[in-house]
Amino acid sequence: MTSLPCNTVNIDTPPVLATEPRNVIRAFLVLGFFALMSVGSFAVDHRFIYFSAYLWFGFIYGMSLQYGRFCMASAIRDLFAVGVPRMAVGIMIAVVLYSVVSAFVTVAGQSNFHPSPIGLYSVIGGLIFGIGMVYTGGCASGSLYKTGEGSIAALLVVISLSFAQVYVADAGGWLNHLVPMAWTQSTIAKNLPAVITPTDGWYDQFTAGYVWDLSATTVGKLLGFTNTVYAAFIGNSLINAVLPAGLILAGIYLGWYRKAYLRDNTSHYRGFRTELAGYWSMITASKRTAIAGLALGLAAGLHMWVMNELQRRLNITNAGDLLKSMGYTSGLSIQDTVFDPGYFYITTQEAQAAAWVVQKLGFNVMHNIFFGIDNGIPNPLLNPVLWMSISVIGGSAVMALLNNEFKLKMPTLEIATWAIFGGILMGLGARIGLGCNIGAFFATVTNGDPSGWLFGLGMTVGGYIGVKFFNWWIGRKMAKEMAAFDF
Amino acid sequence: MSLQFKEGTQPMAVKFEKVGDGSYTLDVQGYVCPHPQLYTKKGLEKLKQGETLELIFDNPSSGESIAAMCQADGNQIIAKETEAGKSTMHWRIRKS
Repeated sequence: MTSLPCNTVNIDTPPVLATEPRNVIRAFLVLGFFALMSVGSFAVDHRFIYFSAYLWFGFIYGMSLQYGRFCMASAIRDLFAVGVPRMAVGIMIAVVLYSVVSAFVTVAGQSNFHPSPIGLYSVIGGLIFGIGMVYTGGCASGSLYKTGEGSIAALLVVISLSFAQVYVADAGGWLNHLVPMAWTQSTIAKNLPAVITPTDGWYDQFTAGYVWDLSATTVGKLLGFTNTVYAAFIGNSLINAVLPAGLILAGIYLGWYRKAYLRDNTSHYRGFRTELAGYWSMITASKRTAIAGLALGLAAGLHMWVMNELQRRLNITNAGDLLKSMGYTSGLSIQDTVFDPGYFYITTQEAQAAAWVVQKLGFNVMHNIFFGIDNGIPNPLLNPVLWMSISVIGGSAVMALLNNEFKLKMPTLEIATWAIFGGILMGLGARIGLGCNIGAFFATVTNGDPSGWLFGLGMTVGGYIGVKFFNWWIGRKMAKEMAAFDF
Repeated sequence: MSLQFKEGTQPMAVKFEKVGDGSYTLDVQGYVCPHPQLYTKKGLEKLKQGETLELIFDNPSSGESIAAMCQADGNQIIAKETEAGKSTMHWRIRKS
């Protein structure tokens, strides 16, 4: 074993082992697979470059997420469960960086971001999602990167949250009776296509009768900035992202970091200067997390730019246009669209993949707004955003292999149960909240959309509730394990 | 790359054992976040000052949290080892 001096363990240091040769070969095989996918598809039709753009950004996200162990479930859970602020700090760094890059992208006219409506649904969706992600041990993006590390439990989370979304988006029957009459009437008034059967399905009525009636805006617009630069940098970035992130970091410092920092630096206390030094020390405490935050923030901003530029060059406004022009019309929505956010997103493309499987099993899940009007159910091989999810797993696998951290791990029955149950809650929360920790939080708060903070608030409260339960659950189990010993 | 099974086909369950005077092991292989860090926290809470806990786990992201938790609580990680080819980590933690 490697002896370390007292209290000087470097938490940034991964296990000190040279990459095993077989892991290097495996990493190159994974990389080669994605390179082949990219080059091969381009050879078939150059327009597949649009798919490859999603793929390689996904690959970068996967590598960054694994490198920094980047997980929003970890951020909230570790703060409340074990008092560790490392990940929450990393997330806030990423938020600040992403918001600044997004502001540049917006000013350059290359942003395709659309804010979500502002309403209580974000808090409720976030709350359910937050409880679920504590039970599963990973958020939507965290579960993808952990799948890349070889965790079958994380794969179960991805699968269960995907199928749960299909059920949520399509379920009708007795659930129709729970829908407020006002939502039903508002849905009817919108004269949606009959093929959607908009009044049969609670989610359709939630979407058309409630969410569509809410207003959406960015802080830049809300404050009345007519100058795009001011709107993007002052409204969207500074006020909606940088200042809240700075305040949250200050709260984390005071609540979770300051005590230990001052304990170790008592002899040098110089008032506010020491407090500032402590604040900075917290931000730089985990270089891996901070570096991952920087990489994610930069990549996520650039991703928007690249996708928008590709849309311009390919003369499309949605990947559905591209698929149609390439002769692939199966699975398009009735508007000839497919899900194509143009930025980092996680859950909807996974719901599409699950819906495709359900359709293949003979069920029709296309007669609803989510799939039928908005997102479509393309063949997974022809779903550009799904290429991103797959490559998040691939990028994570490469990074895990290079760090000797890849291990195919079968879950215990207990872990598998938590993964499935939590995944279902995450799927439900993601649909109600119109996205996950990425689509409804990370990509929104960084683009001036205040609804992201509502989702974040719900996710934090949900995470707290989940932690309280887990503390009790694990305390009970550990007490049994330790009962034989005299402490 | 290896499948982690214990005695036959069943994956591991949490295991806490006394291995010597003031020395314990906590085996949480097969567990993902947040289980390893929470089990470690609960275990360390019960230990007396100076006693040691050997933690065996295979969830890399838990390691980051456990290290930070030990640092914040003043407990000392006195040894780290990773089994070659298995990604299973053995950490010895002294309660302060």
